[in-house]
Amino acid sequence: MIEAKNLNLYYGAFHALKDINLKVAEKSVTALIGPSGCGKSTFLRTFNRMNDLIPGVKIEGDIIVDDENIYQKGIDVDRLRKRVGMVFQKPNPFAKSIFENVAYGMRVNGISNEKVIKEAVEQSLKQSALWDEVKDSLKKSAYALSGGQQQRLCIARALAVEPTILLMDEPASALDPISTAKIEELIHELKKKYTILIVTHNMQQAARVSDFTAFFYMGSLIEYDLTKTIFTNPAKQQTQNYVTGRFG
Amino acid sequence: MKKIFERIVEGFLFLSSTVTTITVLLIILFLFREGTGLFGKSPTEEGFTVAVNKNNPVSELNAEQVKNIFDANIENWKQVGGKNDSILVFRMDDIFKFYTEEELAGVDTNMTLLASKIDEVIQKNPNIIAFISSKNLPANPSSKIITIAKINLSDFFRGEEWFPTSQPVAEFGIYPLIMGTLWVSFLAILIALPFGLAMAIYMAEIAAPGVRNILKPLIELLSGIPSVVYGFFGLIVIVPLLQKTFDLPVGETGLAGSIVLAIMALPTIITVAEDSIRNTPVSVKEASLALGASHWQTIWRIMIPYASSGITAAVILGIGRAIGETMAVLMVTGNAAVIPHTILQPMRTIPATIAAELGESAKGGMHYQALFALGCILFIITLVVNLTVEMISKKRKQNR
Repeated sequence: MIEAKNLNLYYGAFHALKDINLKVAEKSVTALIGPSGCGKSTFLRTFNRMNDLIPGVKIEGDIIVDDENIYQKGIDVDRLRKRVGMVFQKPNPFAKSIFENVAYGMRVNGISNEKVIKEAVEQSLKQSALWDEVKDSLKKSAYALSGGQQQRLCIARALAVEPTILLMDEPASALDPISTAKIEELIHELKKKYTILIVTHNMQQAARVSDFTAFFYMGSLIEYDLTKTIFTNPAKQQTQNYVTGRFG
Repeated sequence: MKKIFERIVEGFLFLSSTVTTITVLLIILFLFREGTGLFGKSPTEEGFTVAVNKNNPVSELNAEQVKNIFDANIENWKQVGGKNDSILVFRMDDIFKFYTEEELAGVDTNMTLLASKIDEVIQKNPNIIAFISSKNLPANPSSKIITIAKINLSDFFRGEEWFPTSQPVAEFGIYPLIMGTLWVSFLAILIALPFGLAMAIYMAEIAAPGVRNILKPLIELLSGIPSVVYGFFGLIVIVPLLQKTFDLPVGETGLAGSIVLAIMALPTIITVAEDSIRNTPVSVKEASLALGASHWQTIWRIMIPYASSGITAAVILGIGRAIGETMAVLMVTGNAAVIPHTILQPMRTIPATIAAELGESAKGGMHYQALFALGCILFIITLVVNLTVEMISKKRKQNR
C-alpha cells in the first residue's frame, strides 16, 4: 500500500510538488510521465526519502508506505530504503566485483552468512535476467559489463535486499534499444512480485510497460488513471496534448 | 600586422619555457657533477699522507682501518694483515717525544730539516704509522706511503659513521642519515594520516557547509606558515613537553621532528584526501544509501575505497613534503648522526645535515662534495615520490 496525501515539496522557495494525492496499486507498474522539470523524479524520490540528501528541501504532507507515514518522526530511513528499492537513470555500479555489487546491500544490512548471501546473489541475478551472462565471471569488475548489463546488475542489486517496492528513475534512458527491450521485459516479470513506480520520458515505453499512468505538469498531478485510458481517452486536454506529442 | 604580433608572443613563450627548462636541467647537472666528485677520492684531506716503516708488509688500508688505528681501537699490526707487533701512532705533535727542543731547533725556518727528522723517526720504528703533511716527507723518503682505499658508493650508503671532517680520514657513511630521514618522515605520516583522514572525511561528508567554509581556508592557511615558525613552535612547546613526558635527558628527538612534520603535512593530506572523497560520484553514493546503507557505511565501504587512490596520493605527497623539509626538522630533532634505535633519540635527517654543514665546508672539498651527494640522494627520493603520485593519479583517471 503506497499513498501520497496532500504532498507539497519545496526546494528553498521553489514549490516543486503541489498538493499531490495519489494511491499506487500494489503489484502493478505505475508510470510517472510529464515534461522535464515537472517534478516526476522528485515525486519518485519522496518514496525512499532520497530528497533528504538535497539541502534546503522542505516536505509537507504524508507518504504512506505499508500503513506508516514515512515522514513522521522516529522513522528509520535506512530500513525504509531497504523496503523501497531504487534503480537510477544511469547505471551506477560500485567499483567492486559483480558478486560484491549484489551482495553489498545484504552486507550493510547485517547479513554475514556467506551461504545465504551467495544464494541470494544468484537468485537476484536470475531475477534480473543477468545470471546466464555473468555466472562465470562473478569476480570480475562490474565496470567490465556493458551499459545494459550494468543496469540489470543495478536492478539485481536492488532486488537482493528483498524490497517490496521498486522505484525506477528513467532506467532505460541511457541504454540502446535492445537493452531497453530487455529492461522492459524484466519490468513485466518483476511486477508479479513487486510494486513498481517508473519515471519515463518515453511515451511508448510508458504505454508498453505500465498498468497505471500519472501525468505531471509544473509540479501538479494533472491526471492519474489506467494507462489505456490516459493514452486513448484522457479526461484532460493537457494530458491529451502531451501524450499525442503536441508539447513536452 | 596581427600575425607578426602573434609570432612575437609565441616567440616569447617559447623562449621563456626554454630558459626555464635549461635552468632546471643545469641545476640538476650541477648537483650531480658536484655530488659524484666525491667518489674515487682518497678519504684523507688533500696534502696529507699516512706513512709506515719501509719494512712494514702492510701497504694498503681502508678508511675504517685507518680510523680505528688512530682511535686506538686497533692496536696490533696483525689485525690489519701485518706482523705481530703493536702499533705506534705518530701525529705531527708527537715529534717532541722523539727529539728534544735543541735537536729540533731551526725546524721553524727549515722545513727540510723537519722532514728528515720525521723520516728518521719512521725509519727507526718498524711498528710506526704516521699521519703527516705531504710536505714533511723528503723528496726521496725511506718510509713507505700507505695507499688508502678510495671512497666508493657502497661505503657511502652502508657506512655507519658520518665524520666528514675527522682526521686523518674523513668518513662519509650516510646510513644513519638515511635512517634518520626515513624514521622521522614515516613516523610523521603515521601520526598525520589518521588525523588527516578523519579531518578529510569530516569536512567532505559530515561538517555543515558553514563549518566547512570556515575550516577549509583555515587549513589552507596552515600550509602558508613558514617552516621556521613551526620549528620554533616545536622547540618551545613540543620539545619540553616530550622531555617532561618521557623523562628524557634531551627533548630534541626524532619524535619531536615527526610531530612537527605531521602538523606540517596535515594541510596537504587533508586537502587532497578531501577533494578525492568529494569527487565520489553522487550517483554511487545515492545507490549505496538507496540500498539501506547508513551514511557511515556508505562513507566507509563506498566512498573511501573509491577515493583510495586519491588518499594514497595525499599520503605520498605528505611523505614528499616530510622528507624534504629542512628548517623545522633541523631545529627540533637534535641532529645526532647515529643509527636510531628508538624514536626518543636525537636523529639527523639528510636536508638538516646539508643545511647545517654546508656553511662550514670548504668549497670543492670532500665534505662539500659529500653534501652535494646527499642533495642528489634527496633529489632522487623526491623524484621517485613525485613519479609515484603521477602514476597513481593516472591510474585514477583511467578508472573513471
